[in-house]
Amino acid sequence: MPECFGAGFRTLFYKEVMRFWKVAFQTVAAPILNALLFLLIFSNVLDRHVTTYGEVPYTAFLIPGLAIMSVLQNAFANSSSSLIQSKVTGNIVFVLLPPLSHLEFFWGYALACVVRGLAVGLGVILVGLVFVDLPLAAPLWALAFAVIGSLLLGALGIVAGIWADKFDQLAAFQNFLVMPLTMLSGVFYSIASLPPFWQKVSHLNPFFFVIDGFRYGFFGQADTNPWVSLGVSLAATVAVVTLTLTLLARGYKLRQ
Amino acid sequence: MTAAIALQGAVKRFGDFTALAGVDLSIERGEFFGLLGPNGAGKTTLISLLAGLARPSAGSVRVMGFDVVRDYRQARRAIGVVPQELVFDPFFTVREILRIQSGYFGLTRNEAWIEELLHGLGLADKAEANMRTLSGGMKRRVLVAQALVHRPPVIVLDEPTAGVDVELRHGLWQFIQKLNDQGHTILLTTHYLEEAESLCHRIAMLKAGRIVALDTTERLLARFHAHELEVRLDRPEVTLTLGGVAGEDGWVRIPFERYADIELILRRLREAGAEVRELRVGEPDLERVFVEVMRSA
Repeated sequence: MPECFGAGFRTLFYKEVMRFWKVAFQTVAAPILNALLFLLIFSNVLDRHVTTYGEVPYTAFLIPGLAIMSVLQNAFANSSSSLIQSKVTGNIVFVLLPPLSHLEFFWGYALACVVRGLAVGLGVILVGLVFVDLPLAAPLWALAFAVIGSLLLGALGIVAGIWADKFDQLAAFQNFLVMPLTMLSGVFYSIASLPPFWQKVSHLNPFFFVIDGFRYGFFGQADTNPWVSLGVSLAATVAVVTLTLTLLARGYKLRQ
Repeated sequence: MTAAIALQGAVKRFGDFTALAGVDLSIERGEFFGLLGPNGAGKTTLISLLAGLARPSAGSVRVMGFDVVRDYRQARRAIGVVPQELVFDPFFTVREILRIQSGYFGLTRNEAWIEELLHGLGLADKAEANMRTLSGGMKRRVLVAQALVHRPPVIVLDEPTAGVDVELRHGLWQFIQKLNDQGHTILLTTHYLEEAESLCHRIAMLKAGRIVALDTTERLLARFHAHELEVRLDRPEVTLTLGGVAGEDGWVRIPFERYADIELILRRLREAGAEVRELRVGEPDLERVFVEVMRSA
């Protein structure tokens, strides 16, 4: 087994999963409830007036969007909140003292983000099924985009967590970058309904491709070719993971 | 035999500030070593270099022969650090914390040693308690257990008894002394100089990032005036002619080398017509040595 997946990594991964699972009401149930509220409000207002991809009801269209948005936001929240809490309280020292490599550190935190992201996303889909029948045209595509998206945001959360020195800075990262990029990326609408200029702007947002690709997994159709979405999502993930690994290898803001 | 801890020309700079200005230090295996110094002297920086929490700006730092940067895995396996701050992870119980810390070091079947630590440090009945619910003293014990969970040959204690009650302090030192007797190397920093004096074989004193004194505890104590005769007289001015120093508390302190000198001092006081109202012998202590060293460095 590669060194980066040894006992140290497994323990850190386990610890990070247990950390959010012990407060699952806050970290899993609450985001599912948030998504449900969005679903109730938007589907009630728009379901009779809007259809997408031809005949897909708005509520059905909305559910995968809310699910992947929750996946992304919670993956980010998991690593970023864990790291900033550990830094502020000082217990980050327990992860820095052992002989963990930067790869073990990264994968321990990042894969726990994937687990939380998938748990919340699955919860949103299951709750959504109460309201409307959802097709699942290409489940592997849906799973692939959920994993890639949560890894991308988990890695971004690690960057934010080690960069921020206080909760205020992390909140700024979350509210002024992650939240707008996830919400303005086709979660609530098909970008085909936007004017050409805003369609082009949407294509500059890598989160759009994650969300569009994830939705393809349900309906077998999307605003963009899923292979293009896969390529852009993978490229963005590789870029952020590379940045994260570089910062960790240098000990940026962790080792003086 | 390779030294347990070896620093050669170790420098640590934070921007323009030099926290360690070229420290050379070798601590042999099995030593109980004290590192003393005022706040800001560089003690915690030195420990951070040993633990890999900071990287040296120049020079080399080795633990059990392993370079803390190049061979960081082996170096970190060889050292256990009890941090100065009372830090803890609020999500877990004591037993979970120790299992997790053990797992970070690749030790997934470590239950017997964890159990021994829990009993040895008086934590057995708190094993299933969440860290948040523990008192400060109990949290300090868990920190010690965490540092020892991978059985490191070198143990670093950064002011481990700060804010700890007397009973716990005694229990802690018994446990650490036992580990030292078993061959573990102990590096201790503390502001309680009487602890360092009674426990440490050798002591280094740091000031402004430099070692200003390094010797055995015995020789450091002997380096300055060994004893003082402390007297309270009806005519305090008399003692000044005998080399005494008057304190604000009304006591006059007269240094002497050998106990036989006491008789001579008392005879001179009698001859000068002074009456001794109270008398006591001040033993040499590290605090006095520390103050002298810091003053003269």
